[in-house]
Amino acid sequence: MVLQLAAESATHPLAGTAAQWMWALPLLPLLGFVINGLLSLAHGWRAGPADPFTEGHTGHEPDEHAIQHAERSGGHGDDSHAIVPHPFAAVTSLVGPLVMILAFGLAAWIFWDMLQAAPAAAPYIQTYYVWMPAGDLQVNAAFQLDQLSIAIVLVVTGVGMLIHLFSVGYMREDPGYPRYFAYLNLFVFFMLVLVLGANYPVMFVGWEGVGLCSYLLIGFWFSEKANADAGKKAFIVNRIGDFGFLIAMFLLFANFGVLDFAALQEAVSGIPAGSVLLTTICLFFFLGCTGKSAQIPLYVWLPDAMAGPTPVSALIHAATMVTAGVYLIARSAFLFALSPVASLTVALIGALTALFAATIGLKQWDIKRVLAYSTVSQLGYMFIGVGVGAYVAGVFHLITHAFLKALLFLGSGAVIYAMHRSYHHTGRHHEDAQDMRNMGGLRRYMPVTWVVMWIGTLAIAGIPFFAGFFSKDEILAGVFARAHDSILAEASFAGIPGSILLYAIFGMGLLAALLTAVYMTRMMLYTFHGPNRTGEGERPHLAEAPFVMVLPLVVLALLSAFGGFLNVPPVFDFLPVSGHLLGDWLDPVVGQPALLITHGAAPHLSHATEYALIGGAVAIAIVGILLAIIVLRPSRLLPKTEAPAERGIQRVLLDKYYVDEGYDRALVDPTVRLSRNVLWRGIDVGIIDGLLVNGSALLARGIGWLGSRLQTGQTGTYAWVLVIGVLAVLGAFTFR
Amino acid sequence: MTDFLTSIRYNDWILPALLVLPVLGAIGISVHGMLAPRRVTADGVAIASPTPKWMALFFFVALFVVSLGLWWTYEPARPLEPWVRLPWIPAWGASFTLGIDGIALMMILLTTFLMPLTVLGSWSGIRSRTHAYYALLLILTTGMLGVFVALDLLLFYVMWEVMLVPMYFIIGMWGGERRIYASLKFFIYTMIGSLLMLVAIIFLWTSAARVTGQASFDYVHIVTSARFGAAAAMWLFGAFFLAFAIKVPMFPFHTWLPDAHVEAPTAGSVILAGIMLKMGTYGFIRFAMPFFPAVAMHPTIKGLILLLAVVGIIYGALVAMVQPDFKKLVAYSSVSHLGFVMLGLFALTLQSVQGALMVMINHGISTGALFFLIGMMYERKHSRMIEDYGGIARVVPMFAALLTLVALSSIGLPGTNGFVGEFLVLIGAFRTEPILTTIATTGVIFAAAYLLWALQRMLFNRLDKPANEHLRDLNPRELLLMAPLVAAIIWLGVHPGPVLRRMEPSARNFIQIVEQRAGAALVQRSGEAP
Repeated sequence: MVLQLAAESATHPLAGTAAQWMWALPLLPLLGFVINGLLSLAHGWRAGPADPFTEGHTGHEPDEHAIQHAERSGGHGDDSHAIVPHPFAAVTSLVGPLVMILAFGLAAWIFWDMLQAAPAAAPYIQTYYVWMPAGDLQVNAAFQLDQLSIAIVLVVTGVGMLIHLFSVGYMREDPGYPRYFAYLNLFVFFMLVLVLGANYPVMFVGWEGVGLCSYLLIGFWFSEKANADAGKKAFIVNRIGDFGFLIAMFLLFANFGVLDFAALQEAVSGIPAGSVLLTTICLFFFLGCTGKSAQIPLYVWLPDAMAGPTPVSALIHAATMVTAGVYLIARSAFLFALSPVASLTVALIGALTALFAATIGLKQWDIKRVLAYSTVSQLGYMFIGVGVGAYVAGVFHLITHAFLKALLFLGSGAVIYAMHRSYHHTGRHHEDAQDMRNMGGLRRYMPVTWVVMWIGTLAIAGIPFFAGFFSKDEILAGVFARAHDSILAEASFAGIPGSILLYAIFGMGLLAALLTAVYMTRMMLYTFHGPNRTGEGERPHLAEAPFVMVLPLVVLALLSAFGGFLNVPPVFDFLPVSGHLLGDWLDPVVGQPALLITHGAAPHLSHATEYALIGGAVAIAIVGILLAIIVLRPSRLLPKTEAPAERGIQRVLLDKYYVDEGYDRALVDPTVRLSRNVLWRGIDVGIIDGLLVNGSALLARGIGWLGSRLQTGQTGTYAWVLVIGVLAVLGAFTFR
Repeated sequence: MTDFLTSIRYNDWILPALLVLPVLGAIGISVHGMLAPRRVTADGVAIASPTPKWMALFFFVALFVVSLGLWWTYEPARPLEPWVRLPWIPAWGASFTLGIDGIALMMILLTTFLMPLTVLGSWSGIRSRTHAYYALLLILTTGMLGVFVALDLLLFYVMWEVMLVPMYFIIGMWGGERRIYASLKFFIYTMIGSLLMLVAIIFLWTSAARVTGQASFDYVHIVTSARFGAAAAMWLFGAFFLAFAIKVPMFPFHTWLPDAHVEAPTAGSVILAGIMLKMGTYGFIRFAMPFFPAVAMHPTIKGLILLLAVVGIIYGALVAMVQPDFKKLVAYSSVSHLGFVMLGLFALTLQSVQGALMVMINHGISTGALFFLIGMMYERKHSRMIEDYGGIARVVPMFAALLTLVALSSIGLPGTNGFVGEFLVLIGAFRTEPILTTIATTGVIFAAAYLLWALQRMLFNRLDKPANEHLRDLNPRELLLMAPLVAAIIWLGVHPGPVLRRMEPSARNFIQIVEQRAGAALVQRSGEAP
């Protein structure tokens, strides 16, 4: 293995630097998974009897320990949960975050060496062994380090590290604490495999692996059926997307014979833009993206995924996993840039999702659901970016969104934590700790959370010069710039000229930005402002979260406030910090494909146009915020149990346009009914087994019965049969 | 390792030893059964002797250790040729001709790997007539290994029947409530197919004898010299097809499987699913397809078989989804998995055939593991019904973790063995059959649906049956039994290269024979036409 490595990459500028340790990046969290997983099982395991067969018969006495254990493992699903921390909690608190800190440290070190090394056009690839050798298919177990993957690795390990720290505070008292960290570590492992994979199959390992961890973590408190349902739904809906990913790989292999990024890039370079094959491949990949990144029509799992612990929502369902689809398209930019139709589809679906999810976000009461729909909406934004070929802008928004949405989710986690604790003091576990109608006025009790969440809100709304402002602006400017003089504008999509479509996408983006400002301000108003609506008993127990949770919030708030300076467009060259740092950094990876979209010249907008665009976007954000402040009256809200039912359009929004119900009625129920009544009971048991198998058995028995009747031993019968037979034979010969 | 094995002339004796060793074990157990005093309790109930299971374990572990040498001594480049030939019935030209290729090698190792585990899986569940039970397991093993090593058609047929009888008794004597119905159905179903196969074998034998003037059941002799017309080939292929398709089982010949699986004791289900179903697909690889490539590759027939395979994939998954009985669910999932094998074999690309072989191995391991796990819960609770469980992950975490892992491998999660097989089948089959393969790929969605739904109803949700509060987790014996299976699941998922490389020349050879001879037949046919 070592020899092979040396031979392959000795000439690369990164050879011999910290990059040679990149295999340790995913292995560190994997180690954490193994340790925490064993801790979790070691405690829960109570050896069964040597002979379990007798157990059911003897009426096995329920011994005390078993009952105690059952109570202890209850999880949040139980109303009566006594707080009994896991005995190995201390070890887990150490191992879980430590592997992340080490992984982040390593990633930072590698990044530093990459900055120092001579810029390389080709990625640094480590091949460990041949994973699947089968004739002309040689899938390597290989990792690839380039400017794009290290950027995402830094986000995953950095934000992941903060969320692991936060989890120490948030989850420590949960009976399943080591299991939680085992899943979280495993998730980071798979996420890093996804990002570092040097070919599509290895990426797919990570792609499905993160889906698995998402499944496990959504259903973490599995004693509640709703949570287990949500986890299962996430996995199955994701599998629909994975089907697309698989077919795309099959098409690639059948036509190009390779699946490595580097080799494919070469193989497709001669193909003219707009080939049907590439469009098909890209659309199948995008089907995968709609599953993983929660876009129309497969977004339905993400809001339900909020059933998991809140740090999970921050890490998996906001900052990292759900952005994998954006990463996939950025990684496959060399394919998508050759297919205007697929690119326009991506952008259009992104815009529709951004707008659609934002409208639902307007009317949710559950604080996490607001953020969930906000995530769906912002992911739509990222797809607009990578769809129109503004790959840097899409990745940029991915990064800033990771900061600010992790912040917002962890902030909501701190709120829920405070609410939950106060309900715990009064024993009112049936109250909903996530419903904003039960909150209100929390800024007095948790000022730090209040401040950092406002930072996140202003950032996502696009107020200058917070992080979200720059990235959102770059996407919108990217769409606008490509609405003329690009292969997208010249292509036509379902008969509509591309340029018109791009202007429509731009318009939808602006509208979604307005709605974003509204629903985020609404969330802040209902949660932190106005009168407090928790009960009298709970109020004294409302308090700021412990330091280990507040610290990550503050760090993320700083990133959300200043993260935008990673990539400042040239119009802002009057700012003290400026420079298109991220754009320049990613240029070796996505620069070439981006130029293909715009006919080889960098898209250009005059400064006047850019100022107008920015001014318009900022105005829209401010209007949104003011609109929410003026229209919404937190003081009129009633706690959840006393609140009146919604009607009309409000009801439709609250119930998410009944899409879930529609899918159930149109797809899920018919499939189950068909399988049970037609396929199983009808075809399998009825026709094949009943009619054919047992029928032929019956026939055989019938023949046997006839035969046995023939041999009755009564000569009279024999004589009659003989006579009839002779007559028949004679008759046959006579009358033929 | 290889040097040592060469020094003891391992390759010369290993194949006969694989067949003899289990027979010796069976004889030993029977002798012990006859000699050992019958012990009864005060109430007159017979006490099962613990000796047979220890003896069986010893013989099976020995068999596994001995067979493991093949991993090193087998040379992938070696063609399929007799390793050993001993006289048997010279008048008919039948002899003990034994030989293997990479495909048979992996099937043998799968068998010897699973058999010791089945003893551990029967350890506390089988409590009556243990001498007979373990002796039958050993005889069954000889039959199964015989099928994989036989290079003489009569010997193959005899071994094929030899494995049928012990399984009939294992289901019929140690099975569940409807065991008589199930065992009879199993027997008759398989018998119908194998009788037709016998007729076909005799036909081949006479036809080869006519051509060469030498009567012989030798595999190589028949495969190279049997000649028959197109119509005869069609009938012969039909006979082999029926025998193997029932065994696989292909839709719509599968309905014996759910009954047999459900009623069989744990070890019986494991062996049925893990090894015996592979006899069907192995038969296609070894006999039906190389003997009659022109028929097998005829566009209509090939299309029909591929269609049945894809129907099996989807149909099996959908029917599995709605089963209330966990064992039945696994049985129908086998129909789905074996559909992937058939798709891979008949798509006839190197990747798809390699993938099909991987699925055969993986299915043995993963489905075997599923049956073991449900067997463990059955011993505790005496129920296979999914609805009798629910929320038990809280009380039996080790069981829950293992069941989840095994289910994920069955779903084909990347990183586990299941993925490698399905991926190779599909990516290979896509090259020649894009439409059917796309339909088959939707199977990955349904697989996730049926297994995750079952997992949820068994392990998750609220623990609402008070009796389940006191379920005990797996004991050390049960963990010991699962450990090798888990190791195999991960190893074959992460680094299947060594296995794939050992099978690749054989897979290549198989494709070449089928393609070449099918092509030759086509040329011949078009040459005959005026």
